Amino acid sequence: MKSLGSIRRDFAPWNDPNAKPYIQFDKVTKKFGDFTAVNNLSLTIFEREFFALLGASGCGKSTLLRMLAGFEEPTAGRILLDGQDLRGIPPYRRPVNMMFQSYALFPHMTVENNIAFGLKQDGMPKPEIAARVGEMLKLVKLEQFAKRKPHQLSGGQRQRVALARSVAKRPKVLLLDEPLGALDKKLREETQFELMDLQQSLGLTFVVVTHDQEEAMTMADRIAIIDKGEVMQVATPAEVYEAPGSRFVAGFVGNVNMFEGKIARGEAGAASIDAGNGITIRTENAGDAATGAAVAFAIRPEKIKISSKKPAGAVNAIEGEVYDIAYLGDMTVYHVRLDDGHVVRASTMNAARITEDPLSWNDRAWVSFRPDAGVVLTR
Amino acid sequence: MNPTWSRFNITSIVLGFAFLYLPIVLLVVFSFNESKLVTVWGGFSTKWYVALFHNQGLMDATWVTARVAVISATVATVLGTLAALTLTRYTRFKGRMLFSGMVFAPLVMPEVITGLSLLLLFVAVGLDRGFLTVTLAHITLTMCFVAVVVQSRLVTFDRSLEEAAMDLGAPPVKTFFQITLPVIMPAIVSGWMLAFTLSLDDLVIASFTSGPGATTLPMKIYSQVRLGVTPEINAACTILIAVVAVGVIIASLANKRREVQRQRDEQAAQRG
Repeated sequence: MKSLGSIRRDFAPWNDPNAKPYIQFDKVTKKFGDFTAVNNLSLTIFEREFFALLGASGCGKSTLLRMLAGFEEPTAGRILLDGQDLRGIPPYRRPVNMMFQSYALFPHMTVENNIAFGLKQDGMPKPEIAARVGEMLKLVKLEQFAKRKPHQLSGGQRQRVALARSVAKRPKVLLLDEPLGALDKKLREETQFELMDLQQSLGLTFVVVTHDQEEAMTMADRIAIIDKGEVMQVATPAEVYEAPGSRFVAGFVGNVNMFEGKIARGEAGAASIDAGNGITIRTENAGDAATGAAVAFAIRPEKIKISSKKPAGAVNAIEGEVYDIAYLGDMTVYHVRLDDGHVVRASTMNAARITEDPLSWNDRAWVSFRPDAGVVLTR
Repeated sequence: MNPTWSRFNITSIVLGFAFLYLPIVLLVVFSFNESKLVTVWGGFSTKWYVALFHNQGLMDATWVTARVAVISATVATVLGTLAALTLTRYTRFKGRMLFSGMVFAPLVMPEVITGLSLLLLFVAVGLDRGFLTVTLAHITLTMCFVAVVVQSRLVTFDRSLEEAAMDLGAPPVKTFFQITLPVIMPAIVSGWMLAFTLSLDDLVIASFTSGPGATTLPMKIYSQVRLGVTPEINAACTILIAVVAVGVIIASLANKRREVQRQRDEQAAQRG
């Protein structure tokens, strides 16, 4: 039997042109009165995928989830699940289950009865229900809490009950609306990994809505970044981070330094960018941006080296002054004000306990980076 | 001396409580009066209570009142709950403000007007005044009180509970009876009790809408008092007070206990 890790490593149906889409949003628009929550959006999700919809609040990501669950109908367009058009099918006949942000546990029922609720609706025989409920309680490690009411549980336990209840029916798709939003940081990190393991072992398709980029990066196979009801980019966490498709995505996921400028000279992907004030950036990642095009050069803080002397042989090195230092333990973040007033953020891993080249406030410093370290964004 | 027990505070409390309870205490005390004269104390006796149970007129009136109260409270609870559901759920229909205003207007409507208009209606449609008309009138009176109580609960009701039930495969009707109704049940029960109490002590509307053979207890008491207060009436009122007091005390004790239990559970859960 293959280990879960190797399944996960080999899993990439989005690169396979023959892979059958499992969930399809086909030119979906949703309007609430004059407000357009989702605007002509198309999206494809594959079977067994852990898919994250990431966006700021009010971007339409929850509306997408609610349309999939059947609580809202699209104003235009189609939603297909496993080839079936979902239009007109009420929520109680859809083979999807949802885990609610508020958990929505039934306060007048015990943990056991909460989990059994969906199974009873299907008319499952009693012994089978009891067996399935037992299995679910074991899965979320709540066996000894079966007879408790929701108000007798802690936040983390409630979250588990909600999870157990939503997977008890073995839905084709599990929808999770900000599943970890109400947990504290430590518990949230633990639960992220548990959710991933659960998804792998049950072999279900998960669609999770979150505003927390770290959560999306940790758990998802692919992330769709949503803004104003439109998809900005769909890609794996690594692609979203290392090869953002637009200024918005680069700025939304993680920290980034952005230089606006014009392509000065371009040949086969390599280019110089004139960022004004005498700053010229040489990059190998210009793609097919034409000479003279207005672009943004984006580079992550951890890809910028900071030093007190100009590094020998560096292609890109700019001088400035350290004006802020944040020591975070595992790393240190420097803010360097370049001589043109531009502020660059550079972070250094604190691999050794004492750095050999300590920089302090108001020190002159050089920031440098390799020509392949940043990306050129045309949108 | 505890500074909060100043002379001023004590005086205020005594005056306040005397104002509230002196009439009632007087009534209770004189219900145990041996003498037939209401204003003269003639020694302790329970004979008026015995006489009360042999007063067929009062007993009949009590029975009528109980039936009217139970039936009208039940019907009003059903209608009031439906009105509350509609008002909180369908928030986007035209004229909602008008509709919700109209449901709650009877709360402040003078009872004389409600009673008179109902009387005119019953006469106009040719309905003989009696048990049926009092019951209908009490439904009209109490329905909006139920609607207010239930609506205030529904406003804080988490709609995702219903969505979760539907998501798990329960059609809307099943969702209502298995999830919504049990969760808002405490409010519905309070609404019923409020309606029951209102119907129990209503005199004005009953006087307008009742007919021969359907005299309610408040009407009976009022008509007897006009012929002179008898200790028998005092006894009847004392029993009424006792019933209401016991009911209120039991309800609040149960509530208190549930609250304490809940807090204890929640603390236990947080500790892990």
